[in-house]
Amino acid sequence: METSIIIAGFGGQGVLFSGQLLAYAGMDNGMHVTWIPSYGPEMRGGTANCTVIIGDELIGAPTVAHPDVAVALNLPSFEKYAPLVKSGGLLIANSSLIPAKSNRTDIEIVTVPANAIAEKFGIVKMLNMAALGALLAKRPLFTLDALLQTLHEHLPARKHHLLEANKLVLQRGYAVGMETAVPA
Amino acid sequence: MAKELLKGNVAIAEAAIRAGCEAYFGYPITPQTEILEHLAKRMPELGRVFLQAESEVAAVNMVYGAACAGARVMTSSSSPGISLMQEGISYIASSEVPAVFVDVMRGGPGLGNIQPTQSDYNQVTKTAGHGDFHPIVLAPATIQEAIDLMALSFDLAEKYRTLVFMALDGAIGQMMEPAELPPMQEVRRERPSWALTGKQGRDHKNIVTSLYLGAEPLTKFNAKLQAKLAEIEANEIRYDELLTDDAQLLITAYGTAARVAQTAVKRLRQENIPVGLFRPITLWPFPTERLGQLAGRVPAFLSVEMNAGQMIHDVREAVGRTVTVDFLGQPGGVIPLPEEIEDKVRQMWLKLEAVA
Repeated sequence: METSIIIAGFGGQGVLFSGQLLAYAGMDNGMHVTWIPSYGPEMRGGTANCTVIIGDELIGAPTVAHPDVAVALNLPSFEKYAPLVKSGGLLIANSSLIPAKSNRTDIEIVTVPANAIAEKFGIVKMLNMAALGALLAKRPLFTLDALLQTLHEHLPARKHHLLEANKLVLQRGYAVGMETAVPA
Repeated sequence: MAKELLKGNVAIAEAAIRAGCEAYFGYPITPQTEILEHLAKRMPELGRVFLQAESEVAAVNMVYGAACAGARVMTSSSSPGISLMQEGISYIASSEVPAVFVDVMRGGPGLGNIQPTQSDYNQVTKTAGHGDFHPIVLAPATIQEAIDLMALSFDLAEKYRTLVFMALDGAIGQMMEPAELPPMQEVRRERPSWALTGKQGRDHKNIVTSLYLGAEPLTKFNAKLQAKLAEIEANEIRYDELLTDDAQLLITAYGTAARVAQTAVKRLRQENIPVGLFRPITLWPFPTERLGQLAGRVPAFLSVEMNAGQMIHDVREAVGRTVTVDFLGQPGGVIPLPEEIEDKVRQMWLKLEAVA
């Protein structure tokens, strides 16, 4: 069993770090993981993305054409990845920056006002945590507490005063994910 | 030690430190710059040498000099940078001094791009510089293997007084995976008996040279060099096999291409297609004999590479003319998808079944 996740957005939205956080949490919870960033010309255009694969067996291919989950933090990422999510998969869209809707009916779509949540419960830079919260609500790869523990261990000590706010943002994102009904 | 989540380039750099690398000379180039970044910070902390040279040409000659003095020395670069180093690489081969090179391959030819490829297979295995020689070429497919092979690189380089290349594509350099680093080896203080250390009371001068003016001395030197290469071929071939025992169709691939192939093989096995994976770990010496044995009972091979088809020629030579060898891959910086490999293997399997 393998779950592939693409996280995409502008540079500075915490795209690469949130992918690494998922990979660390997977590793800390005894799973096999890979993390691979885009480092080619596309990131020179201001968008960044990374692919995380979490599974219970050794992972072969580190990239996928059709991810199980896509997390789109900005509009260009939404336009690129909404059509690519595997049928039956999950799309998390940051509705604070993405006014568009996807017309796909074969995937689950969770819209999270990630910027708004982050600004209300912490600082705007924590928007990636709101999105991760929603992701974990829909795909419980590990518990929210496990992710918080991982965050505690891998966030540099000088940023530890931000842990509490990160927790609130994660929890709010998680709640939004839980409130989003599974389509009939 | 516990597993850590490590980026390939960082893992390679730290593994080199743990292997007791005494000196590093290099020049930045994507997608391997994290190797320099890591070493720039760590080597001075440990009282070892890190030097960012003014160019790859300067860096390779500094490596040559440190190797002549008997230091455990390395450099790293990516495709165009390796091309610039080739003169020095050939001099090092001819001088029979040990040195380790890491080539994190990117798209070519020319300045190309920074995307992951395997387009330097021919360059590093066949023509790492002018003259008759081959470096030992190691190709890791995981971060853990990159760490393990890094330590092996230095040991092999010193055992045979030869060049060792770690050849990986940019994806292995850039990706992160859990892996375990070995314990720290201190820098070795004593120098090999052949090293240029000053005469120090010895009754003879040590001379390291790559210049043999007459035909006779150079012929003699080349014979000695070829004998050494033959010994390496006899002792140092490494490979990995996945589900080859009952396979009727074998994929040959290394590095990231092998990882993707591994995913494809697992899925195809669920469809009862008897496919396996043969993964060379040493690209030179190439596991010719083992592939030849497998070709005795496997009628079809597929070489999957991130280039226009380079290793396929070694595969063909190994398996002979009676066996089909197809190719899948492309140059330019594209990681193949498991689905492409699966489609290709299904087509090949249908053909095989039609014949049988």
